[in-house]
Amino acid sequence: MSPTGETQHPASDPAKGPASGARRARVVLVDDHRMFRAGVQAEIGRTDETGIEVVGEAGDVDQAVSVIKAARPDVVLLDVHLPGGGGVEVLRRSAELMSTAQDPVRFLALSVSDAAEDVIGVIRGGARGYVTKTITGTDLVDAIFQVADGDAVFSPRLAGFVLDAFASSEAPPVDEDMDRLTQREREVLRLIARGYAYKEVGKELFISVKTVESHVSAVLRKLQLSNRHELTRWATARRLV
Amino acid sequence: MTMATPYGSAVDEPPVRKLYRSADGRWLGGVAQGLAGHLGVPVSWVRVILLVLFSSNGLGVLLYGIFWFVVPLGAPQTTPVAPARREFRLRRPDKQSLIAVLVVAVAMFALVTSVQYPISGTYLWPMMIIGVGAAVVWRQVDNSRRAAWAAATRGSRWLPLLRAAAGAVLVGMGIATFVLGQNAAATESLGVALQSAVAVLVGIALLAGPYLVRIVQDLSEERTMRIRAQERAEVAAHVHDSVLHTLTLIQRNAENGREVARLARAQERELRAWLYKSAESERGATVEEDEQPKTFAEAVRATAAEVEDHHGVQIEVVCVGDCPLDEPLGAALQAAREAMVNAAKYGGEGGPIRVFGEVEGRTVFVSVRDRGPGFDPDTVPADRMGVRESIVGRMRRNGGSARVRSTPGEGTEVELTMERSE
Repeated sequence: MSPTGETQHPASDPAKGPASGARRARVVLVDDHRMFRAGVQAEIGRTDETGIEVVGEAGDVDQAVSVIKAARPDVVLLDVHLPGGGGVEVLRRSAELMSTAQDPVRFLALSVSDAAEDVIGVIRGGARGYVTKTITGTDLVDAIFQVADGDAVFSPRLAGFVLDAFASSEAPPVDEDMDRLTQREREVLRLIARGYAYKEVGKELFISVKTVESHVSAVLRKLQLSNRHELTRWATARRLV
Repeated sequence: MTMATPYGSAVDEPPVRKLYRSADGRWLGGVAQGLAGHLGVPVSWVRVILLVLFSSNGLGVLLYGIFWFVVPLGAPQTTPVAPARREFRLRRPDKQSLIAVLVVAVAMFALVTSVQYPISGTYLWPMMIIGVGAAVVWRQVDNSRRAAWAAATRGSRWLPLLRAAAGAVLVGMGIATFVLGQNAAATESLGVALQSAVAVLVGIALLAGPYLVRIVQDLSEERTMRIRAQERAEVAAHVHDSVLHTLTLIQRNAENGREVARLARAQERELRAWLYKSAESERGATVEEDEQPKTFAEAVRATAAEVEDHHGVQIEVVCVGDCPLDEPLGAALQAAREAMVNAAKYGGEGGPIRVFGEVEGRTVFVSVRDRGPGFDPDTVPADRMGVRESIVGRMRRNGGSARVRSTPGEGTEVELTMERSE
């Protein structure tokens, strides 16, 4: 399964990224399985080909926090299940690194689990995307750059979870425009859930890729928006909060 | 993940503070020691306060007795004073106990002689004796429990029995006194019989109560342990039955990439369902057992899994919303299945097939999308019935609609829409 497979921009997309030509991203790997770290390292770490430089590795929460603080990477590939509190704990303790204006550290969750609890948990913790471990190397590289550029990586499954979360509520409460997804965002998510790439979503809805991305970012923001209305209820029902 | 330590909490503070009596450095029942540990104050304070309470209408005795009775003997709460006191106790444990007993006895004596009780002596003394008897029995239970932990390190086997017997005798004596003392005053035999019956019942309760309480406590503890062990065994069994077998099969079929992928996928799906769905479906576990899916989302997933296994392709399913399955929806599922099979056959190497099912309000929508070569729907010859009959025709007959969108080079998508009948 490679949930992000179709959400990526084609690698040949020249408009992407400020540093056109040689794109670079410094990455920290956080996973408690050394074999897996080695595998990812081998897959994406060939800096000349992929433009990705692995600048640090960590196997548990404490290690991860200190390595991330020391290395200040562009993107952290974060396992959801970690000894010492899990990926959510790493996110919580690295919160100030995410919010700095100067070169913020971005997190891309990478997990074998695609259970709603895990996905929504790390997204609400501040991760910019979520991919499962069966993702192919090229897709992972694309996802890393997308996250490094500040965009969200929305897999079809994640889009499905979000739609489910927001759709399950019946009567809209007050100030619904604050928290609920707009009709447009819903349409975008629905197409992503159907496996459309951002580019295809744009074509389908007659909007630009940039607009699609801003809709997706808005959804991500609303997801992180804490404890309001239906998301709260949904999360509580599934023991997420 | 849930073990996250909250910000700013004291470093060495235990998360749950539970009151236990302390077996370490105790004088009598360990109540003062336990309380001191729990409240985080020196033991001597608690002892002094209890002593003061002794002299004020015997409240201290009552309090101490209640704590002794109710609070289980447990993990020693180490207080700042405990270590120093411990050595002291080890050298002369009996002297301290003796002091404590003496203090209590003196306090009781003072109490009995100085305080005017609203009940007469004929009631008071038997009750006192019963109380002391029950205390001895209680203490005995306490000790036997501790002895179980220490695994019979000490030799004397008669002492506990002796104590139990003494307690029983005391309680019996108390009851007898109670009944006999009443007998003199009572004139009606019915009243006497009733009273003695009640007294015997109370006596039995006093004797058996401690044991019962302890047994219940031990039982609940044991039950938790057993449940944990069962869970572990279940996980082990499941991993053994499914995962290990699949890995063996994969080793044997290492050259056959397609078969390996199929096995791994099927196993992944099963294990995932078992791991992540078990919490949700705990209540409906029996429903899960019989193969037929009951709801739309379940059915979509099951259908996709079937096609995935049968045709050896990867199908990713995303479901939003859910509703019970009915006949038109069954037809929609059949159509979706046909679309999946088509995608599996002709979709080729363009990556996984994506199936999206959504129930929103009254509308049920299924999309099946592949990234294969695609085709031009207009050029399909009229005698090819697959799409036309199995998908479009079937949907129309059941009150829904189907749309096939395909662009050469960009894959094919089949959209099925159906209104719920109910």
